[in-house]
Amino acid sequence: MTSALEQLRVWLEERFGHGLGDAIRKKQVPRHRHSLWYYLGGMTLFLFLIQVVTGILLLLYYRPSPGEAFESVQFIMTKVQFGWLIRGLHAWAANLLILVAMLHMFSAFFLKAYRKPRELTWITGCLLFFIFLGFGFSGYLLPWNELAFFATKVGTEMMAAVPFIGEWLLTVFRGGEEVTGATLTRFFGFHVAVFPALTTLVLGIHLFLVQQLGMSVPPSVERAHRQSGQPLRAHPFFPGFLLRDLIGWYIALGILAALAALDPWELGVKADPFVPTPAGIKPEWYFLFLFQTLKVIPARLLWIEGEQLAVMLFGVVALLWVLVPFLDRNPEGRSGRVFTAVGAVAVAYIIGMTVWAW
Amino acid sequence: MRTRCRLVLFFLTVGACGLGAQSPPSSPPTNTCLDCHLIFEDDEHLGVPAQLFAGDIHAARGLTCAACHGGDPREEDSDKSMDPAKGFIGVPKRADIPRLCAHCHSDAVFMRSYNPRLRTDQLAQYGTSVHGQRLRRGDTRVAVCSDCHGIHDIRPASATLSRVHPLRLPQTCAGCHSDREHMKGYEIPTDQWDEYRASVHYRTLAGGDLAAPTCATCHGNHGAAPPGVASVERVCGTCHVFQEQLFDQSPHKQPWDMMELASCLTCHGNHGIQPTGDFLVGTGEEAFCINCHLEGDGGWETAEKIHAALVGLDSALADAAGLLDQAERAGMDVGEARLVQANARESLIKARVDVHAFNAARVEETVESGLELAAEAHQAGEAALDELAFRRKGLGLSLLAIAFVVFSLWLLIRHIERGKEEIIYKHEQ
Amino acid sequence: MASAGTEKGASPPGRRQLLGFLLGSSVFASLASIFYPILKFVLPPPSGELDSDTVVAARLDELAPSAAKIFRFGNRPGLLIRLPEGGYRAFSATCTHLDCTVQFRQREQDVWCACHNGIYDLRGRNVSGPPPRPLEEYDVHERGEEIVVARREQA
Repeated sequence: MTSALEQLRVWLEERFGHGLGDAIRKKQVPRHRHSLWYYLGGMTLFLFLIQVVTGILLLLYYRPSPGEAFESVQFIMTKVQFGWLIRGLHAWAANLLILVAMLHMFSAFFLKAYRKPRELTWITGCLLFFIFLGFGFSGYLLPWNELAFFATKVGTEMMAAVPFIGEWLLTVFRGGEEVTGATLTRFFGFHVAVFPALTTLVLGIHLFLVQQLGMSVPPSVERAHRQSGQPLRAHPFFPGFLLRDLIGWYIALGILAALAALDPWELGVKADPFVPTPAGIKPEWYFLFLFQTLKVIPARLLWIEGEQLAVMLFGVVALLWVLVPFLDRNPEGRSGRVFTAVGAVAVAYIIGMTVWAW
Repeated sequence: MRTRCRLVLFFLTVGACGLGAQSPPSSPPTNTCLDCHLIFEDDEHLGVPAQLFAGDIHAARGLTCAACHGGDPREEDSDKSMDPAKGFIGVPKRADIPRLCAHCHSDAVFMRSYNPRLRTDQLAQYGTSVHGQRLRRGDTRVAVCSDCHGIHDIRPASATLSRVHPLRLPQTCAGCHSDREHMKGYEIPTDQWDEYRASVHYRTLAGGDLAAPTCATCHGNHGAAPPGVASVERVCGTCHVFQEQLFDQSPHKQPWDMMELASCLTCHGNHGIQPTGDFLVGTGEEAFCINCHLEGDGGWETAEKIHAALVGLDSALADAAGLLDQAERAGMDVGEARLVQANARESLIKARVDVHAFNAARVEETVESGLELAAEAHQAGEAALDELAFRRKGLGLSLLAIAFVVFSLWLLIRHIERGKEEIIYKHEQ
Repeated sequence: MASAGTEKGASPPGRRQLLGFLLGSSVFASLASIFYPILKFVLPPPSGELDSDTVVAARLDELAPSAAKIFRFGNRPGLLIRLPEGGYRAFSATCTHLDCTVQFRQREQDVWCACHNGIYDLRGRNVSGPPPRPLEEYDVHERGEEIVVARREQA
């Protein structure tokens, strides 16, 4: 048995070279009191793979037209064997994915993992997060139920507030002036083609960089070890770290299965563009803080419209967030502390607004 | 007096027929009346009628003021155009109005040239109505044509602005019938409009079903009169056909006729009729049956049986529906069961019609078929929930497998790392 | 702890075998519980087509002129009528009064609801009795040997 595996390894190395095997064998993951955060990246990757698999499975039955979208999801959930499970996994994992990606991003932020030379890792990570939000937003509409329909209507309306190109953007995303079947077709295209392609590219770069640069050791840990003179311990990536990852993934799978089976994702009622917007339309939880900000911002501030201001603000904040590695000139000094404080305020703001809007 | 009336009518006839003989004109006729009367602008008697006439069906069909008022609308000189010698009568007397309108509207040959679909028996009908009979006896406070159809802005009944359009008719009737002052001396109630407004019939009408009954549906329009005890059943039966047929064969028919009880009304009421419910039949506090039947008599027993059967099916249906809802919320397909459930509901609806035969066996038979269907739907719901339980079992097994994997991986890690020297972190770029 | 500091091969072979068995069987079980649903999922369900806006209501030779059948359209019944002069019409078979199922009456050439004697004409218009609205009409197409009924697009 072992020799057969060994033969396979040799066979492969003769063709691929030793690079990959060596890299895996030599790869180490540092061990310290913040090591736990290292697992979030792998967890995000695992949840993304679940999305890929369940998403492809759903594609076998889903039909992206307003006349059939709702019915086909209903068909999947009621007629197809284990359809309820696959759709439930896809819906639940989508939410967990955003949550874990968020935690991964904030942990990287607070542990200053974006410092030189990992600026590009941070930027690609941020881009991945935005793409995931795009996945969530476009996927939400696909079952073509009332809640999703109106949430999309409200959500895309925000695009109109983008300066200069707002109207154009709105028309491009909606495939017309209103949210219609054309919007569904477009969102489907984004969800299963555009975003996956982008993710493949950006994720590839992200993973390559992680592999190339190794794990970042938080400055506080580095400092402590420098001062005490004790060397930093490590896990070999293979098998120690990977096995631990595997444990995490299995647990995540268990949680997902339990959520999908015990709290099935509801389908709601089919969207009807001709009924008035029902009260209490809310976007997915991860957009709630944006939604709430839009609500509290005054309708007009000086010469600029509130909605326009908010959208520009979101844009600027997102851009600054992506550019953090270049703005934080001295992550281990004063500027680093300022950024930590700003990040804490941002987290407090997001949590506060989300709870308020709930 | 009577001779003079006839004389006026004679002139009217001559004048109107002079116009009536024309075929519908292609261009608007000369109507010099309006030239002067529009100058009076908002004067209630001289100006407003001229303004309103623009929206009148008669104006649209090319008739002029002279059709009703006489005179010659082609004369520019007001002395000549309003010359009594040319048939000008000024304001028609109330008592003359039905005959004035009927002069054209009862002339089948004449009406054919305007609207061949319009009936021409309104005057004859009116003569049979309470309004017409009283008018003949000299009571001019009763409704004449213009009270319901309007005076200068008469529109076809199908027009939404018409006073006799189904949606507006009840208010038109109520204009007089809810006016206590006006109705003084007639000794009939004045709360019909208030009652009707709360009724299921009105709610259906207001909900947009123009076929729902208004005052005229039961009382007639031109021949308006209370239906009378004998014909209540026929009136209701024009829409509620099965109930009428069943009631005719029921054991209630004969005794109620003898007691002069107004069939349907006895239980359901008239103007303020409310949606029915299973509580109406039976021996409960709200049931009508207990008004006549006493505990121990056959009717009491029948009422109890009918009530029990209806309520039994209703609750069986509610159970099944609840179960199916529960299964559906959990993502189970209960489409087939929903069809069965709909059929069971159909049985309940039929059973509720069957009540009007007042025969327990008949209701029970219909209910029985409904119960079978409800049980079928119930079983389907239970099967769906069983499937749900199966999913939980499957989940339990997979979680168990996962737990074992996690546990053995943990053992494996311990096993691999036991005794291994600690590695010092060293990253090569 | 006796084996501390030695190679892993030094741990008792029995325990190592047990671990291998435990790991192998549990991974196998977990993989089975992952792939079983997936393999079931990819197999189309026996009921075939999804409940969409179209349904095969009858075969071409199924209905004689002046005959009708009730077919299932999603969770609701539909009524397919073959007109005496040929041609088909399809309606929702749910009475607009109280949701009973209507039927075609050959002798009367109308559509009738047995619950309250509601009557519709062969264009689905409510002509008599309590129904407040016409029956919803569907489009009928002949596709090869099949009569296909489709829900009409709104607006």
